[in-house]
Amino acid sequence: MPEAQVKMNVRRVGENASIIDVEGDLTAFAETVLMDAYNQASDGQARAIILNFEDMEYMNSSGIGLLVTLLIRINREKQRLLTYGLSEHYRSIFQITRLDDAIAIHDSEEEAVRAANSA
Amino acid sequence: MTEQTPQEEPKQKREPRDAAYWASYAETLKVTGVADGATNINVEGRRAVGPLQGFGKMWQKTYRVGLEGAEVTPAEVIKTWKENYQEFWPEGNRFYAPLAGITPGEVALISGSLPGGVKLSTGVMVLYADDESFSLMTPEGHPFSGWITFSSFEEGGTVIAQAQVLMRANDPLYEMGLRMGGHKMENEMWRQTLENVATHFGVDEPVETNIVCVDPKLQWSQYRNIWHNAGIRSALYMMTAPFRSRGKGSER
Repeated sequence: MPEAQVKMNVRRVGENASIIDVEGDLTAFAETVLMDAYNQASDGQARAIILNFEDMEYMNSSGIGLLVTLLIRINREKQRLLTYGLSEHYRSIFQITRLDDAIAIHDSEEEAVRAANSA
Repeated sequence: MTEQTPQEEPKQKREPRDAAYWASYAETLKVTGVADGATNINVEGRRAVGPLQGFGKMWQKTYRVGLEGAEVTPAEVIKTWKENYQEFWPEGNRFYAPLAGITPGEVALISGSLPGGVKLSTGVMVLYADDESFSLMTPEGHPFSGWITFSSFEEGGTVIAQAQVLMRANDPLYEMGLRMGGHKMENEMWRQTLENVATHFGVDEPVETNIVCVDPKLQWSQYRNIWHNAGIRSALYMMTAPFRSRGKGSER
């Protein structure tokens, strides 16, 4: 399979949450990178995982599929999945695919972190 | 004097590279043009549903075949697949391609066969389509809630043709049907489709199947999806056909 054109950086924000900064293309080839980032972000303690899409440049339907499987895994671990940094275009894709039914979308990092720590 | 805070440089927002490949958001599906033989009773006005909205266990099923020795590019495979979608389907099912072809946002009607001779009328929306992949998303009432992605890519010098389904059964009745042989039928259908794609390119290679249960939980909150069950509605539509034609006759 072609190499993933994506980088993911994991940051811890407070005791309960971690942020994964998604930079580049979210496609099927990003699976290993995303799951590694999730494992690092979870670290046995994080109760909320926040995906930062500010620097996402491209996403296809396999990328959306990856988010679905990540969400199921996060739910199984009794964690929460939140996002911020989605452009209007990607917000619309979350609406079409109805991911917005299950993933909280926030306008900024501050708002997402506050929501992650509120429950 | 008022204190001024340094203003951040606004990020250059370019049009995303995928912008043209996705369907636009619409609350409900709209069918433009119904082909002869197609029935639009379970698609128009329905919402598209993803794997999160279904009832049954969530499955990811991958069917793939290596086009060993075929002189084709992934883009040529997908172009051919889009143009011949119906021809690659096994007999007994009919895909009425949208007039505009497999392009984002278009809706196709489907006629399938259910046990007992019932003709299932449903459809799919083209969720995403680029040069090397396309995805079809199901409407409410379809046996599955989710999408299927057809793609082609190179792996170790061989072009691969792949279909990957991410779905749940839409309601309890469909979930029961899947457990009582439906999965087997579905697997066979996609295996045969991939085989037909390979045959088209002169390749005789086995189709590999990989099935993963992503979520074994049933979503009981979604049991009401049965209201839209296209199988039940198609059966009722068939049963009431004589009354409809009698009604039309008396109107004359």
